[in-house]
Amino acid sequence: MNASYLHPGLPAPAPTDLDRAYWDGLRGERLLIQRCMRCARFQWGPEWICHRCLNFDLDYVEVEPRGTIYSHQRVWHPVHPALKAQGPYVIVLVELRHADNVRLVGNLVGDPQQELVIGAEVSGVFEHHKSAEPAYTLLHWRYGH
Amino acid sequence: MTPHSLRARTAVVGLGETTYYKRGQSPHAEFKLALEAIVNACADANIHPREIDGFASFSNDRSDPSQLAAALGCRELRFANMQWGGGGGGGSAAIGNAAAAIACGMAECVVVFRALAQGQYGRFGQGAETDTVSGNLAHTVPYGLLSPAHMFVMKYRRFMHEHGVQQAALRAIALASYAHAQTNPRAVMYGRPLDADAYDASRWIVEPWHLYDCCLENDGAAALVLVSAERARDFPHPSCYVLAAAAGSQYRAGAPVHNTPDYATSSFKTLAPRLYDMARLGPADIDVLQSYENFTGGVLMSIVEHGFCKPHEVNDFFVLDNLLAPDGQLPLNTSGGNLAECYMHGLGLNLEAVRQIRQTSTAQVPRAEVSMVISGPMVTPVSSCIFGGEATL
Repeated sequence: MNASYLHPGLPAPAPTDLDRAYWDGLRGERLLIQRCMRCARFQWGPEWICHRCLNFDLDYVEVEPRGTIYSHQRVWHPVHPALKAQGPYVIVLVELRHADNVRLVGNLVGDPQQELVIGAEVSGVFEHHKSAEPAYTLLHWRYGH
Repeated sequence: MTPHSLRARTAVVGLGETTYYKRGQSPHAEFKLALEAIVNACADANIHPREIDGFASFSNDRSDPSQLAAALGCRELRFANMQWGGGGGGGSAAIGNAAAAIACGMAECVVVFRALAQGQYGRFGQGAETDTVSGNLAHTVPYGLLSPAHMFVMKYRRFMHEHGVQQAALRAIALASYAHAQTNPRAVMYGRPLDADAYDASRWIVEPWHLYDCCLENDGAAALVLVSAERARDFPHPSCYVLAAAAGSQYRAGAPVHNTPDYATSSFKTLAPRLYDMARLGPADIDVLQSYENFTGGVLMSIVEHGFCKPHEVNDFFVLDNLLAPDGQLPLNTSGGNLAECYMHGLGLNLEAVRQIRQTSTAQVPRAEVSMVISGPMVTPVSSCIFGGEATL
């Protein structure tokens, strides 16, 4: 595994029937977002039903991993043992305007004390945890398209 | 009175609490704390606990109503109610649920209570310590989004951005709570004043929230006794009527993984008009406010969404003098609240609101007749309630 943004030891994502396609997609460096097969609108996080047209038939469709920062936070106080020596880190909420404005949570890579700008454009960064059992991939973000 | 309104159908006639302890330091089991607060509330109301025939609580309180009724010798249990979800957002909802049960004849004497012993059980402010997470948490926890502060600060940061809120607005909220705690001997922070320099110098928990923007975590219990308005005048204290209670949240407030369409909100926009309609009052009628501080940013958004000021006015409105009893424009959190009195999951705010109507607060607003509580900003569902004295009938 390459150096991860956060120190190792946080809980790993365990896919379920609802979001396995998403996690499998990330391992292949593809961002797949849930989309209704009837009204063709995106929604996130994963839901059992299309909240717009109440259709149960949902698919995962690839979208380009780019977006804009909708909100952000710089965390200083560690609340998990794995982060005791982490220092500050940045979490961003990224809006994907080309996918019905769904929002994704991730980390903003780079200097943790860099300026944080709502509305700034960001691109996806796939962080592979290949030595985890089972392996998984997280989706982070960096400034620029 | 409209047939379906709760306005002045019920009243709070008893208040009880335990000593408030630092988190994990209660010498008593959580269930015993609940019993102590309820027994104290009944003593305050001058009734025997056997008269209680209903219990209402919130946030999955662990003290089971049947066991409480058995322990207290209640003659009959008629109402056992839990407000679902929303953590501290359920405090005023529990008051409303109790009032509704009494108004509808389902019960006659209902206790609203909350008990916490975090040494006996787990802490709120710590992240999960498991090997894996699944479901919605899998899309946040691996990125270090772990605690309530992390969940809610994202909303506040967006609100701050949209409306140009300055840090001093949050500081005023924290300073008001600490100032009021200095006159309240029950407060955990009694004798420990806070000034602007100490606030500014305090460490970040998560930007833009300093240590003093975040609530305490405490052990203890609090309880209120409610009966019908008709019976209320038979009790020893001045009557404190429930003028309104409302709970809920906006469209898709519970959308997963931070995808609520109206995101930068404390979740009160649709609730506040219903609350005021029921009370037949407006923000200008509120003499004193207790507003749940999980984090100061939520207080600020709650106060805006209840109509006390416009979003673009917050930097002028949220100055310390405006928020202080006895004569500020909107005296706020007059017991010290969750920041400086005690974090009893917000129910302490409801007790303080009743004290203001009784004219017995340690930071009394002179002749307070209308007293509001806002419970649990930024969660879903949230709730609010309004209490009033005889003059409001």
